[in-house]
Amino acid sequence: MNDLLKNIFRLVIFILVQVYILNKIPHLHRFIVPYLYYLFLLWLPFTMPRLTLLFVGFVTGLSLDYFTLTPGLHTAACVLVAYARPYIINILIAKEVTEFKYHEPSPRGMGWGPYMVYAFILTFLHHTYLILLQWLQFGTFLNFLIKIGATTAISMLLILTVELLFARILKYRTNTA
Amino acid sequence: MRNIFLFVQRYFVFLLFLVLQGFALWMLFKYNRFHRAAFLGVANEFTGSINTQVDKVDDYFHLREENKRVHRMNDSLLNLLRVNFNVPDTGQRLFIDSVRIDSITQYRRYLSRDAKVVYNSVNAENNYLQLNRGANHGIKDNMSVINSDGGVVGFIINVSPNFSQVLSLLHTKSRVPAVLKKTNTSGTIRWDAEDPRFLILEGVSRDVDVKKGDTVLTSQYAYNYPPGYIIGRIAGVNTNKATGFYELKVRSVVNFSSVQQVFIIENLQRTEQLQLERDTEKKLEQEKRN
Repeated sequence: MNDLLKNIFRLVIFILVQVYILNKIPHLHRFIVPYLYYLFLLWLPFTMPRLTLLFVGFVTGLSLDYFTLTPGLHTAACVLVAYARPYIINILIAKEVTEFKYHEPSPRGMGWGPYMVYAFILTFLHHTYLILLQWLQFGTFLNFLIKIGATTAISMLLILTVELLFARILKYRTNTA
Repeated sequence: MRNIFLFVQRYFVFLLFLVLQGFALWMLFKYNRFHRAAFLGVANEFTGSINTQVDKVDDYFHLREENKRVHRMNDSLLNLLRVNFNVPDTGQRLFIDSVRIDSITQYRRYLSRDAKVVYNSVNAENNYLQLNRGANHGIKDNMSVINSDGGVVGFIINVSPNFSQVLSLLHTKSRVPAVLKKTNTSGTIRWDAEDPRFLILEGVSRDVDVKKGDTVLTSQYAYNYPPGYIIGRIAGVNTNKATGFYELKVRSVVNFSSVQQVFIIENLQRTEQLQLERDTEKKLEQEKRN
């Protein structure tokens, strides 16, 4: 499938799942807010230029924001994730190993260890910024800390589940492609 | 000049990051203050149309509860019928004030319209609902929203041509003037973002007799909300040590996760009331100057 088409399809799926399934699950506890939609940004190809990445992050956040009626909140967090992503990848992965073999970050291509660290750092970044922005308007500092921990744990669990359930079949990158 | 261009070229990604970040934060803080955002009208129409489709399926999961609510409402209306009451004095004659009936529209204070919830949330700290009625159906800002069995849900904060957004009682900025039914004492309902089943009633002084199970209604002093609609029942009596007032835990009658059919109630005299208030303030200021 065409790369652009595939990613647009993914974005739509992620936003719909976030809005109509994860945001609608019965209220368990105020600290338990499942977030998954930003996994879309984690799955973008290695080769995507940084500028495009920033714009894609912006659009992703904004489209969720218009559904949840918090214009700017998720956008700010997504732009941060999109900005930090190339740096994290550079630090975590030796370029020769993955970037030239695989198309996009995945546990198969990168190995489970580095991939989970990569996902954890960006998840933590996303949630900290998001909850910081919410906390500026309302709440106490202790709640702020607990909420970051709880939401990060749940998101990591969700990411793990998704990676196990929907293992992406990755094309081997060759010189001809 | 050349150096500036070089600088921009070199740090272009970082600068763009700052610009996008700044734009996002500007949107957020502007929205938090005024509840208006760029392209919200268009976006509202778009999300609304998707929400309507999803809602068609979602409806089936709440049918039983909705049916019960409607039945309760019907029951309370049935009890108001004139057949239920006997005239004790047979010599009594019934007068009909025809003047009042002729001009009844002038006396109307609240007008209700039906609407359907197409999207709602309870998991966030600031929750909103979306209704399938908008400016085309005469919906305006600040109209109140009542559940199908008469429980208060929130008020309209924003409208687009075909959809409207409701600021739910489950919103950290929601403040509803309320009274205790038994003693008619006023207070304010807010939400502490902890549990979507419970609200907080504050501003009731300690000398008022409050017990668990007491009913909390909307106040007659509110501009948005019609008086006498039920908000909830007292579930716990606490005292705020800082202020010396009660901090009453109220169990909401509305199950916010299953709100389906609602009424939008318009206060037809709202503008007049607000105008009067503004004029009074103006007069008081003039008095001060004199």
